[in-house]
Amino acid sequence: MDGLQYLLDCTGILPILILFATGILILLLDAFAPRGRKGRLAALALAGVLLAMIGWWRPLPVERELFGGMLFADSFGFFFDGLFLATAALIILFSAGTLDRDRIDLGEYYALLLFSVTGMMLMARAANLIMLFLGLEVLSIAIYILVGMPRHERKANEACLKYFLLGAFSSGFFLYGMTFIYGASGSLSLAAMAAAFGQGDLPHNPYLLLGTALLLVGFSFKIALVPFHMWTPDVYEGAPTPITAYMAVAVKAAVFAALARVFWMALPSLQPQWTNLFWVLAVLTMTVGNVAALVQTNIKRMLAYSSIAHAGYILVAVVAGSAQGLTGMLVYLAAYTFMNVGAFGVVILVQERLGIGEDVDDFRGLGFASPALGAAMAVFLFSLAGIPPTAGFVAKFFVFLAAIEASFTWLVILAVVNSAVAVYYYLRVVIVMYSRAESPTSLADRFGLGRIPSAALGALIVALWATLQIGILPQSLWELARHSVTALL
Amino acid sequence: MENAWLIPAFPFTGFLINGLFGDRLKRIFSGCIACTAMALSFTYALALFIRPLLADVPLEAFERDYFTWIEAGTLKVAFGLLIDPLSLLMVLVVTGVGFLIHVYSIGYMHDDPGFSRYFAYLNLFAAAMLLLVLANNFLLLFVGWEGVGLCSYLLIGFWYEKQSATDAGKKAFIVNRIGDFGFLLAIFLIFWTFGSLDFQVVMAAAPDLFPAGAPTLTAITLLLFLGAIGKSAQLPLYVWLPDAMEGPTPVSALIHAATMVTAGVYMVARCSVLYALAPFALGLVAAVGCATAVYAATIGLVQNDIKRVLAYSTVSQLGYMFLGCGVGAFVAGIFHLMTHAFFKALLFLGSGSVIHALHGEQDLRRMGGLRARLPLTYWTFMAGTLALCGIVPFAGFFSKDEILWEAFAGGHPLLYGLALFGALLTAFYMFRLVFLTFHGTPRAGAETLAKVHESPRTMTIPLMALAVLALVGGWVQVPLVAAGKRLGAFLAPVFEKAEHLLAAGRPLQHAGAWQEGLLMGLSLAAAIAGIAFAYRLYLARPQLPNRIAERFGACYRLLLNKYYVDEFYQSALVEPLRRLAEGLWRGIDVRVIDGAVNGCAQLAIALSGRLRRLQTGYVHHYAWTVVAGACGFFIYILSR
Repeated sequence: MDGLQYLLDCTGILPILILFATGILILLLDAFAPRGRKGRLAALALAGVLLAMIGWWRPLPVERELFGGMLFADSFGFFFDGLFLATAALIILFSAGTLDRDRIDLGEYYALLLFSVTGMMLMARAANLIMLFLGLEVLSIAIYILVGMPRHERKANEACLKYFLLGAFSSGFFLYGMTFIYGASGSLSLAAMAAAFGQGDLPHNPYLLLGTALLLVGFSFKIALVPFHMWTPDVYEGAPTPITAYMAVAVKAAVFAALARVFWMALPSLQPQWTNLFWVLAVLTMTVGNVAALVQTNIKRMLAYSSIAHAGYILVAVVAGSAQGLTGMLVYLAAYTFMNVGAFGVVILVQERLGIGEDVDDFRGLGFASPALGAAMAVFLFSLAGIPPTAGFVAKFFVFLAAIEASFTWLVILAVVNSAVAVYYYLRVVIVMYSRAESPTSLADRFGLGRIPSAALGALIVALWATLQIGILPQSLWELARHSVTALL
Repeated sequence: MENAWLIPAFPFTGFLINGLFGDRLKRIFSGCIACTAMALSFTYALALFIRPLLADVPLEAFERDYFTWIEAGTLKVAFGLLIDPLSLLMVLVVTGVGFLIHVYSIGYMHDDPGFSRYFAYLNLFAAAMLLLVLANNFLLLFVGWEGVGLCSYLLIGFWYEKQSATDAGKKAFIVNRIGDFGFLLAIFLIFWTFGSLDFQVVMAAAPDLFPAGAPTLTAITLLLFLGAIGKSAQLPLYVWLPDAMEGPTPVSALIHAATMVTAGVYMVARCSVLYALAPFALGLVAAVGCATAVYAATIGLVQNDIKRVLAYSTVSQLGYMFLGCGVGAFVAGIFHLMTHAFFKALLFLGSGSVIHALHGEQDLRRMGGLRARLPLTYWTFMAGTLALCGIVPFAGFFSKDEILWEAFAGGHPLLYGLALFGALLTAFYMFRLVFLTFHGTPRAGAETLAKVHESPRTMTIPLMALAVLALVGGWVQVPLVAAGKRLGAFLAPVFEKAEHLLAAGRPLQHAGAWQEGLLMGLSLAAAIAGIAFAYRLYLARPQLPNRIAERFGACYRLLLNKYYVDEFYQSALVEPLRRLAEGLWRGIDVRVIDGAVNGCAQLAIALSGRLRRLQTGYVHHYAWTVVAGACGFFIYILSR
């Protein structure tokens, strides 16, 4: 590859390079930043993300392959890049205040966050299974450490260790699957695989099937599909809350992006064969997630199970398998990102201001003590429950519509029944927020802790705005998503 | 015209500012923001109106889809606005009269604790109403339709501590739902039939697709008319409007007289092509309008609450507008809508000024002799009354007479006769009102009388402005004179098609100018007769009305109790429904549905408890489930 081409390809991954460089810079500057003044590093991280956004933005993405067919620069990747950058910005803003409390006021936190975003971007743009795996590992390792950041918390230690052990275990499955596929096709490039499996009776090749099954185990673990979800509640509960939010949305989005790349670009001929399995996974995931969430008293655990259930709904889009289904998946991921980050953001703020807030009952009276925070939380929860005019409703609508048009009516009926069950645990929080605490004085004591920090307030407003904007005027997002999936089909 | 969206956007911004930060603003700012928003919209609309006028070219219709609002399957609805002569006229009326009423409200509501909330609602109402008249499709119109309904509900129940006010608000909302139900069905049917909800598309397609009298079109127009009946308070759904007087008086003026209640008339006029193709529905519109006009007028004869008399008068006048539309004279209907907006707003505001002066007294029996004390209110109120009674040269004369004439010329002598009788009644009850309020001996307590004073400037200036409009508003459409029908010419492009279709359906009739002149004299005579009766009964011999009431006791009580329609609805509809609902609640809902739901919930919770026990927390257990899952996958691929 000549140097000019190389430079040209580098411009295609400009956001990744910017994030990476910012991460390194933060690591270096961390040495000079005194303890307790790490807020500047947060600002630097945010600046890096914003700069990456500038590098990311372009009116019309050029569809091309970079670095000799290792990465794509296409509209599908473009969509996910934007989603990851937005998520990262929100998480940084929400993190800024909470780190003191968790005694993890360390520069590495932001550096690792940025590194994990580069991993996600690599995953969503991978044109080769090797790149995909690299992205997955860059992402995972950063997250393992982030989960364990509060070193003095036993829960965090436990979560970190569990996630690392099981994550390594599932990576093993993933790699093993790759070897089988390589054996069957002779290449790890998605395009080459598509060409190899496109003809003959290769779709019935046992090595290919075995390899795909193993890959799917790896994917399922990362997006916490039932029965690969067992780690989720423990890890989500133990991790610092901003990281929980981050894992629940961005990591899932990245893995869904990779899954879509593999199953639509590389193995389209296999797709009908796997539909039934996805069907079962979707039903199991939704049902177990929702039913288990019913009895949770810890709000982070509840949201963990809720995120499992949402992965189930997204899987309905995968089952539909059509262009419309994929579009619905993208819309769902975007909507889910904003509403879930928003809901976690409120949890973060309550925790930060009160030192408590893990328990659903800690939210009693929040709606009166802080009307803005209460109302915002109510909107996010309504959205998660899928009630119009919020993003959650629109997302479910598009996904379910696609499934119905692909004649999976039964699946949609089960999904809607599931959504109805879910309303119970979301609304329980709303009811608790708007019921009075026993003694009114304790409310003032509990919530009279000053104003919401402006960084978190900004993030909250953005999340709220996006949740309502997607809910009321979904057209532009839909158009963008529809344009993005054309890269896959 | 590109920025037509600004017209509803201004008041909406005002609503946001007052609604979100109202309680932190000073009162004067709240009021100023609301008024400025209306003034800006009005100025913009006026500029749109005047520009072609100056250049001496006809107004070009402007239509623009700003963005796609809903797209699902073949249904595609845009947020699109349409400016044509009809909608521009409506915008001018809504913003112009609305602006004056906003200004008036500053004075009227000055010491109300809900000052900013009031202006927020009022601006929201204006925004919704403007959306209603500017929409270029049925669904967007429906958004405005429901928006004004919501604001009407909020403003009727504005003093929510009062039980009667909240009840009236609910009544208005529920009765309107019946009409809205019809409107919604009509929208569904239109989409099903035409595949589009766009006015222009539907109106263009209708004559090609259907012959006159096609059942589909009749169904659509009847359902639309059901919506109009609810919103414009026609028989039999008029019952909410008199109760709506529980709201602040400027609200009655703006919403329940000048603008919102005319939405039904506007909608019928907007669908003139459909109605022209459905003669049965058109006939029904005329019949219902005429019946309502007379019916409401008879109730108005004996009411003792100053605002209720005006409310029944509004119902009656709306009937005239529908009569105009129903006999195919859409221009006349819209013309009356416009003049009525002027003089009825004036009358309501004038009555508000009286009520304000008497510290909340609304009973005619405790008024009287206020002429000298409230001279400005009296003279402006008189202008409004003369306009409503149809005395030359006030606005009402021209518009009402055109409706009567069109009814006669269109070959409906019965409707004409009834409407003429209604005009007599109108003159009677209005002058009864004036005489009881302003003339005769004061019947208010001495203490109240001592404190009576003319209203502040912010209230009297709008009164004067409206009085001028009530005088000159009719001059835009002068009969018998060549080139006198300027409004008709202005609106011609909108109704051209409907009139063409109607003309094709019936024999051409030539009625001479002498006939028109004769009928004009007749209606003037009827009005003067009504005034003379009122004078005789209430000024010359004030004890006479009581004697008449005693003599015709049954008749009087029937009218006083508004034909017992409310009681009839209560016992024939509300009570049985309530009992049915209660039976369903106790029998079906609690036992069957709740039982099933609670059973499911308990099942889910039990299941949930089981699942929780699976979550042991041991890593090796978790690893085993991953392995089990992987085995599941292998079994799946082996079984294929």
